[in-house]
Amino acid sequence: MQQRTPLEEQIDLPFVESLRISFQSLKIRFGRSIITTAGITLGIAFLVSVWTNNEIGLALQESGRQSTINTFEETTQTGISTKDIWLIIMSLIVCVVGIANSMLMAVTERFREIGTMKCLGALDGFVVRLFLLESGFQGFSGALIGALIGTLGAVLLGLKDYGLDLFFYFPLLPAQPEDGTARLGVIVVILLGCILGMILAVIGSSFPAWRAAKLPPAEAMRTEV
Amino acid sequence: MADIVVKTEDVVKEYRMGSNILRALDGINIEIERGEYISLMGPSGSGKSTLFNMIGALDRPTEGQVYIDGQNMSQLSQRQIAAFRCHRVGYIFQSYNLLHVRSAHGNVTLPMIFAGMTEKQRNEKAEKLLDMVGLGDRMYHLPDELSGGQRQRVAIARALANDPSIILADEPTANLDTITGHEIIDLIKRLNIEQGVTVISATHDLKMLDVSDRIVDIRDGVVERVRNRDQIEIEIGEVGGE
Repeated sequence: MQQRTPLEEQIDLPFVESLRISFQSLKIRFGRSIITTAGITLGIAFLVSVWTNNEIGLALQESGRQSTINTFEETTQTGISTKDIWLIIMSLIVCVVGIANSMLMAVTERFREIGTMKCLGALDGFVVRLFLLESGFQGFSGALIGALIGTLGAVLLGLKDYGLDLFFYFPLLPAQPEDGTARLGVIVVILLGCILGMILAVIGSSFPAWRAAKLPPAEAMRTEV
Repeated sequence: MADIVVKTEDVVKEYRMGSNILRALDGINIEIERGEYISLMGPSGSGKSTLFNMIGALDRPTEGQVYIDGQNMSQLSQRQIAAFRCHRVGYIFQSYNLLHVRSAHGNVTLPMIFAGMTEKQRNEKAEKLLDMVGLGDRMYHLPDELSGGQRQRVAIARALANDPSIILADEPTANLDTITGHEIIDLIKRLNIEQGVTVISATHDLKMLDVSDRIVDIRDGVVERVRNRDQIEIEIGEVGGE
């Protein structure tokens, strides 16, 4: 058999090309992207609202104000109640599971697309990079909106419980009172919510994307959702 | 000496289904010459699509070797395999496998992006290819806005994006009506004659008999027989005389 020119190695694409493809994909799949992003938004909104609510509660307690409606009877004078810890842990779990689930579904329904891209010459790394960019953007925007909604929810709840006093003692910044519990402050909570949402979205999508990219294209294209 | 472009040596493919092992290919040896139009024929489940996947480096054989252009495919790095899929082969599938988020134009330019072509080069070539398959006026339509035959034409244009030497077509007419199917076969045959592209097509469409140089009949994962042009013409004559 004749030996033709030896096979060249596939080139890496410039980053801007990946960025363009991933944004195009987000734009054209706008409806689906919104649903996936909404999954992230809801998870983070729940987490941030519970957390911020707790921060507000602590700050107001330290200020010596009492809730106008005494909803947290079991709250100790010095710190977070077990119920609050329980709520934060629960909301964290809901958030992790919710985001992982929406990202997993969003990638799994695109296995065929991944197989096709590999048929056309895409490297595994390129496929993963596309999903990383898409999910990173979805994660950040979804989490930011979620964190703002969550904060707004907690503020409204705080207004109901503490009235306008809330704004005088609003725990915006981190604080370490001498005889109270250390607080993160609402800004840090929002920031943590955004980072968490983004990390979860990126892990939740790039892990299945990496798995799909590793499959031979025939197998990826055979996969049915 | 014939210029062999594809050669398989005792290719075996097994699939694990729970505790059972299904032997889809059971030692396939074929040689395909450059410029040939080959049809892999056989009923569904015969293993022809599996063989198609092996030749196109879309799946790995369990045993045996596949040589393309004298290269042993199992010895290629991941980057070389990606380059092979990108430059040497054009794939056409039964279900078109177009990316539904990209327009006809966007689908055709994707392999060119992977090949590192500039935007200007890509646009010029995509327009030329889409014109050639008769879709010059529907270039910016999404696949969902095109008929089955039109989608397959986009897939053909995409397959030709990087001037491959081999076209692999897996049941390209199975989802199309008779007339559209004929048009697609004619288009592929034209490429075969005019551009000297080797065409390897898995099919059980009898219309393909007409245009094939050779037919490899696959049954139960083995090559049952290989017929060439003159034998085929006699058989078509018999069918036509009935």
